[in-house]
Amino acid sequence: MADDKAALLGYLRQMLEIRGFEDKVYELLSRNVIIGASHLSAGQEAVPVGACAALGPDDVITSTHRGHGHCIAKGGRLPEMMAELCGKSTGYSRGRGGSMHIADVAGGNLGATGIVGGNIPVATGAGLAIKMRGEQRVVLCFFGDGACNNGVFHESLNMAGLWTLPVVYIIENNLYGMSVSTKRACAIESMADRATSYNMPGGVVDGQRVLVVREAVRTAVAHARAGKGPTLIEARTYRYYGHSRSDPRKYRTREEEDHYRTERDPITLFKRHLLDEKIASAGEIEAVEKAVADAIEEATKFALDSPYPDESELYDFLYVE
Amino acid sequence: MPEQFFWEAVRDALAEEMRRDPAVFVMGEDVAIYGGAYGATRGLYEEFGDERVRDTPISENTIAGAAAGAAMMGMRPVAEIMYADFLTLAMDQLVNTAAKNRYMFGGRTTVPMVLRTEGGTGRGIAAQHSQSTEAWFNHAPGILLVMPATPYDAKGLLKTCIRDDNPILFIEHKMLYGTKGEVPDEEYTIPLGVADVKRAGDDVTIIAYSKVVLDTLEAAEMLAEEGITAEVIDLRTIKPLDMHTIVKSVRKTGRVVCVSEACRTNGVPSEIIARIQEEAFDWLDAPVARVCGEDVPIPMSPPLEAAAVPSPERIAAAAMRLME
Repeated sequence: MADDKAALLGYLRQMLEIRGFEDKVYELLSRNVIIGASHLSAGQEAVPVGACAALGPDDVITSTHRGHGHCIAKGGRLPEMMAELCGKSTGYSRGRGGSMHIADVAGGNLGATGIVGGNIPVATGAGLAIKMRGEQRVVLCFFGDGACNNGVFHESLNMAGLWTLPVVYIIENNLYGMSVSTKRACAIESMADRATSYNMPGGVVDGQRVLVVREAVRTAVAHARAGKGPTLIEARTYRYYGHSRSDPRKYRTREEEDHYRTERDPITLFKRHLLDEKIASAGEIEAVEKAVADAIEEATKFALDSPYPDESELYDFLYVE
Repeated sequence: MPEQFFWEAVRDALAEEMRRDPAVFVMGEDVAIYGGAYGATRGLYEEFGDERVRDTPISENTIAGAAAGAAMMGMRPVAEIMYADFLTLAMDQLVNTAAKNRYMFGGRTTVPMVLRTEGGTGRGIAAQHSQSTEAWFNHAPGILLVMPATPYDAKGLLKTCIRDDNPILFIEHKMLYGTKGEVPDEEYTIPLGVADVKRAGDDVTIIAYSKVVLDTLEAAEMLAEEGITAEVIDLRTIKPLDMHTIVKSVRKTGRVVCVSEACRTNGVPSEIIARIQEEAFDWLDAPVARVCGEDVPIPMSPPLEAAAVPSPERIAAAAMRLME
């Protein structure tokens, strides 16, 4: 499939939006404008953007506590996202969820969970619904390396393999579950090897290269649409910020962080590709960067100017009346 | 009116709703070929096939979570967890996903699922297959709780639950499946949050739900022989709770016994008694009594198992004490 320039610049824009969003959230957290937990995914942008680039508009995703990138890559709107992080009534979840619980069900994002692995059964059930109705849609389920050691990973992937459900399971292996490295948490080196146990294809991809991720997910999506069932993809990536705001990152070296930032940054790698292949000029890339910076500022202004929910709404949405 | 076994009423509710709405399906351990550990899904596999009557692996947390995911995508799953004791294994997806998703996502989704399970004592199967675990879920906002006592109520309530857009835990007592009661041939449903006065009386109100309703009705017979008329309220749904019917009865009798098979501490009666003192304190002529299960894991040995839970005699005795 020949790539059109607009699509490629679109990937750049989404990756820049994620980076810009996370950097802005970090700044707002530091100034106590945003409270609560925000788990930032800067450094991991190529995984959600590459993966969602392989989806059609009717396909759905499930997301995690580190989910801002998933939401943006699935087409989420920055103002509603930032408003949600600020607990404002204009946010995606009307301020009830915050950073860890953004959902955009109408836009195909079935929501982010704060329970590690908690979205894996949901994705599996969504795949079951699609299969039972004979639809051609696919579910893309993001989770981290830590979730692979949780019981529902085994339960759900077994069920999806058994029933050939149209689900693509994507491990965002950023090498650490909070502070514990995968080497200290997982009995095998490559979690994708577990795909064998569930009778599904599996493999490791370079999660810092957006087109590599897209290619792997395209193959998996085609497999699912053909009725052949799920795939397990392990995307190796890295998060620049700590697990959360209070994390001093004692478990990894500054040399390792510098290596990823200077040699393996997904945005730098992709810009270089666009320039080297003469797909876009430096001026065109700068124009995208400028547009993203403006969009982040607008989203922030929208969030800060928005009202909080009223106390009288405390019980709203608890039950369907 | 024709009579049916409780298990048949459950089965018919499922079958009728599956015929009515193609989005309804049944999933769980041994629900298809086997027909459910307690037989409540017998015949469904033969009528609806293995897509809509789906045997699952022994994976309780994913059964609950996949039901939630399918529900968010527009299906109406009726999942079964074989024993209420096994809800521990499904607790995360029930409480953190099914119950919270709609609220946590600001109303942007609905989770129209029913999770059926069976609980309670009576078969000598000991601590991990006999517990009454409903109070855990009474403490979890976002999920409703239904526990019928008769075939009529089971059928009408289960049909309502399947059509409702909230996640609902539907607990059947294992000793009820073999009980019989009148069930009309024609279509009917029963609204949630409406208790049923199973026997009218003026002297004492006895509030119960699930299998202990039958014990309470026996107790009411014993009390009648002593010249005491007991009003027996079957809650039918624990959440939402029908305080209107409770308060109306309390205002009439002034004396209340609250009955539950689950262990006493922090049980459903604890909450009901608190609500009664908040809403009807001035109408009480005596402290509210409760007859509950003992605070022990359910023992296997028959005399110990019987000693761990309420009996008609204990319920009647508690009511008698209130009359002194």
